[in-house]
Amino acid sequence: MAEQKNKSEEQLHKKIDSYLFKRLIAYFKPYSKYIALAVLLTITVSALAAVRPRLTPIAIDEKIANKDVPGLQTIMLILFATLILQGIIQYAMTYLTSWIGQNIIMDLRMKIFEHLQNLHLKFYDNNPAGRLITRVTSDVEVLFDVFSSGLVTAFGDIFTLLWILYFMFTLDWHLALVTLSILPLLIYATIIFRKKIRVSYSRIRLLISRINSYIQEHITGVSIVHLFAKEKRTINEFEEINSEHTKENKRSVFYYAIFFPIVELFLAVSSGLILWYGGGEVIQGAVSLGVLITFIQYSEMFFRPIRDLSEKYNVLQTAMASSERIFSLLDEKPAITDKPDAVRIDKIKGSIEFKNVWFAYNNDDYVLKDISFKINEGEKIAFVGATGSGKTTIINLISKFYQINKGKITVDGIDINDIRQKDLRKNISVVLQDVFLFSGNIEKNITLDNPKITLEDVNNAIDKTGLRPFINSLPDGIHHKVNERGTTFSTGQRQLISFARALAYNPKILILDEATSNIDTATEILIQEAIKKLIEGRTSIVIAHRLSTIQNCDKIIVMRKGEIKEMGSHQELLDKKGLYYKLYELQYKEDIIV
Amino acid sequence: MKSLLNLLPYVKKYRKKLLLGFIFIILSISFSSMFPLIVGNGIDALRTGVTYSKIIFYSLTAIASTLTGGFFLFLVRQNIIVVSREIENDLRHDFFSHIVNMPKDFFNKNSTGSIMALATNDINAIREFVGPGIMYTIQTFYRTLLTVSIMFYINPFLALVALSPLPFISFIVYKVGRMTHSRSLKVKESFSDLTSKAQENISGIRVVKSYAREAGEIAEFQNISRDYFRKNLSLAKVQSFSFPMMYLLTGVSLVLVIYFGGIEIINNRLTLGNMSTFLIYLGLLTWPMIAFGWIINLTQRAAPSMERLMNIMKLKPEISDNKQTDFNIAAENIEGEVEFKNVSFKYPAGHASVLKNINLKISKGTTLGIIGHTGSGKTTLINLLSRIYDISEGEILIDGIPIKKIPLNTLRESIGVVPQESFLFSTTIEKNISYSKDYLDYDKVIESAKSSSLYKDVCSFPEKFQTVVGERGITLSGGQKQRTSIARAIYKNPKILILDDSLSAVDTHTEEEILNELKQVMRNRTSIIISHRISSIKNANNIIVLSGSVIKEQGTHNELISLGGIYYDIYQKQLLEEEIQES
Repeated sequence: MAEQKNKSEEQLHKKIDSYLFKRLIAYFKPYSKYIALAVLLTITVSALAAVRPRLTPIAIDEKIANKDVPGLQTIMLILFATLILQGIIQYAMTYLTSWIGQNIIMDLRMKIFEHLQNLHLKFYDNNPAGRLITRVTSDVEVLFDVFSSGLVTAFGDIFTLLWILYFMFTLDWHLALVTLSILPLLIYATIIFRKKIRVSYSRIRLLISRINSYIQEHITGVSIVHLFAKEKRTINEFEEINSEHTKENKRSVFYYAIFFPIVELFLAVSSGLILWYGGGEVIQGAVSLGVLITFIQYSEMFFRPIRDLSEKYNVLQTAMASSERIFSLLDEKPAITDKPDAVRIDKIKGSIEFKNVWFAYNNDDYVLKDISFKINEGEKIAFVGATGSGKTTIINLISKFYQINKGKITVDGIDINDIRQKDLRKNISVVLQDVFLFSGNIEKNITLDNPKITLEDVNNAIDKTGLRPFINSLPDGIHHKVNERGTTFSTGQRQLISFARALAYNPKILILDEATSNIDTATEILIQEAIKKLIEGRTSIVIAHRLSTIQNCDKIIVMRKGEIKEMGSHQELLDKKGLYYKLYELQYKEDIIV
Repeated sequence: MKSLLNLLPYVKKYRKKLLLGFIFIILSISFSSMFPLIVGNGIDALRTGVTYSKIIFYSLTAIASTLTGGFFLFLVRQNIIVVSREIENDLRHDFFSHIVNMPKDFFNKNSTGSIMALATNDINAIREFVGPGIMYTIQTFYRTLLTVSIMFYINPFLALVALSPLPFISFIVYKVGRMTHSRSLKVKESFSDLTSKAQENISGIRVVKSYAREAGEIAEFQNISRDYFRKNLSLAKVQSFSFPMMYLLTGVSLVLVIYFGGIEIINNRLTLGNMSTFLIYLGLLTWPMIAFGWIINLTQRAAPSMERLMNIMKLKPEISDNKQTDFNIAAENIEGEVEFKNVSFKYPAGHASVLKNINLKISKGTTLGIIGHTGSGKTTLINLLSRIYDISEGEILIDGIPIKKIPLNTLRESIGVVPQESFLFSTTIEKNISYSKDYLDYDKVIESAKSSSLYKDVCSFPEKFQTVVGERGITLSGGQKQRTSIARAIYKNPKILILDDSLSAVDTHTEEEILNELKQVMRNRTSIIISHRISSIKNANNIIVLSGSVIKEQGTHNELISLGGIYYDIYQKQLLEEEIQES
């Protein structure tokens, strides 16, 4: 039963492996010429390696036996020449394969990275960043190891074997057959070993992942372990998996411990056979001593690569696991793509309309229900409502980060599904609550390396947002270093930098998610001033957490549980004495408490 | 390198097995090294004319010596490599036991990823050093020693000739090793640039997409990728050198042996058999040369791994039982009266006090409600009681005994905490609920589930209490998780029950139900309820309002309302919010 399961699993593995392998090969194609060259060099190197022992009988039987010292010198020179040639070619080949391998890896890495750039935000919501980083970095790296140390040397080994076979048979085919008579046994032993070790390895891999997930789970829940004083039990449970892992490893050690001496033994048996059979031939004068010695040398060269090949196989296994992960990422289809006939727009005017929009992040769990509103060019709109009422979702939809389920969103009267994402987003600047700064310097964080944004634009943006005094206080000005995520700056400073970024891009539509975090009053005033300048002359949408900042808006939209409850100007809504009025009152209370 | 000395205690444990392994190495190499000698003798015998039976004798002895050598090689691996697996097991066990006992603060400083890398990759690197590393070192040294001695014994002149490239090999190994080292450091640096860029891009993907900067990001990543490519090739330039060079130099040895050996034979100072022996020995020496570089590599990888591991292992768990601990205090005897006396607390890394001068007494069997804004120190207060953190100043007493005197296990066994984040293990619901005990009392599981209003939910699952939760099972809703977490605390049957904002994900109706049930369960016991909602705590015997690290207000619900302070404001605000929700 279990045996059968193993078998079908193995078959499945084989199928997947060959499928993955085919896909991997596609990345080799651009370098096929270089690969051909590398293969050619490999063949030459292995030929040179095999030709040297071939010269031994000449040296022994013809030169040494005849006391021909000058002849021996010639042989020696030839041997030297082949050695040096072999060294040079081998160097070239090794370097070339590295070059090919690195190129393929770079291509694959770029492909994964580019693919990631095109994936929709929902994908990022569902996949932890750490996992994605691993795909771009170490998973790709594993493939290189396989290519350079696995595949290429395996090729070399196979060619060496072929050359040795050729020389052995041309030298003395009787003796060649005797030498190789042990080969079927060796192959049989290798196959058995491979089977055993494969089962063992897949169990080990499973146990390692169990160790990992156990550690991960119990680190995440370490407080529970502590609070319930269950350290001992946790350690015991872990030890169970740990010792099972050790047990399985010992099993594989046992297989290796058997297999290695067996290969050595076969080698010895083969030499013994050469000595026995060849010795008889020598006595009868059918074989020379030199040939006998050459055969002993060849048998040594012959059996080691076969042993090594079985190890290469395991390296290949780990590579398959990595490439499986990589390809499953590459198979992830971007959920939001541009239509082939999408309109190209350079500058949009800036009117936005939602027509009966329904949206759910998951299945039927609607976070927006039948939302309709219109924002005219240059208008200022504010969204208010409790957390979870759907405000942030609306701004995500305008930038087309998610695909709506029902209804229509238009910009300048054009359905956003018909506009290229790039053109759409180019015209919209979003300032999020949680400001993300890149490592580099301040200038880079404002331009985001967009060559179209000039130094003048940057300075302009800095002046307008009131960032100037802060920049001047820094020794390097706009070239001041920003570390990862800008942690050396205060929240307010980061906020201002992100304002400058938005302004430098001079968008037609500005979306501002007001920060809720506590900022000191002085910076708060700066920020309020900056916001005023920011929204000047463009369509702007503000998600307000402080009602005091939005009283001058053209329109205020009050949301609750994914629906629009009220819409109108500040005064209109106050007069209505509805939800907005209550929120306003609540805000007033909150201000007292804080 | 020094860090590897820390392995000594682990190695000592298996010294007998290791010693045996070393002896087997000597035996296995001694036997297998006889093989070239026998072959050489056989060849010489052929020249001088022999019988078939002698040839068969030589063949059989050659095979027999390898067979014996191989048998010992099997024993070598079964001892040394197996021991390395045992040591790996011990290391991982000790490491895990160590981190499980580390305080919360440790996990704030060390990421889960880095801990997992230590437990698997680093320990594996150390294992490779202990096992294959040590085995090949001894094998290499002994084999080299033996082979060289035999070669000198047969013909000192030819031995010198054969070994003449050795100084060059050593020199080149050294040179190439150094260049490889410095260049691979650069590759590593470049790789970390690559990783940081990928990380930054992925964490900042929202900004990238908002500003349509995908192309720019790709270009930048391409640049870093290229740099990494160049650094790798510069490394390859040196690395590609090492193998051909090695083969070249060993090849030179062979050629020299054939030439000078040939001349010696011509001058009758050497037999052809001797030369064959030399040739085979030289072939055997190639492997140790390669192994040598490999051993260095293994050691270089293991040393920093061991250092990283030791950096963690040498940390002492700050919170543990010590001399002050009175082990006579048992969980059964704890009544549950809690007192905070002038308690202040700062986080180890922080400068600001999180709690200042807290004075508080909770009598046995009463309920304390705690309310306050995020960051006011509510959770910290209860973390101090369970000694997740130790107080900086003052004293916390249970039944009049300072908690530092109570054995840590006893203390934590008498307190049932339902934390803010309801973490459940990915196992069945019943195992989660009965987590506190080592046995599973099904009736008690049901009882606990009923008390936390979870029973009906669980009964709606096809597998009832055997339902597995988490990634491999079903995903519970936030409210279900919270209620499971409450059931888990009830099952523990603690003297002190703490709910840390544990009703936030259930509706007001269920909240009331649970609170009523808890009243029954917690009769004669102490409860502490932290909440944002007035409704959860309004029936508590005593309520404290935390604000700005201190207790601002204290009293019953009615007292606090008539006080007209913060509590009153929160109350008013929540009434209004309720109204907004219902409008």
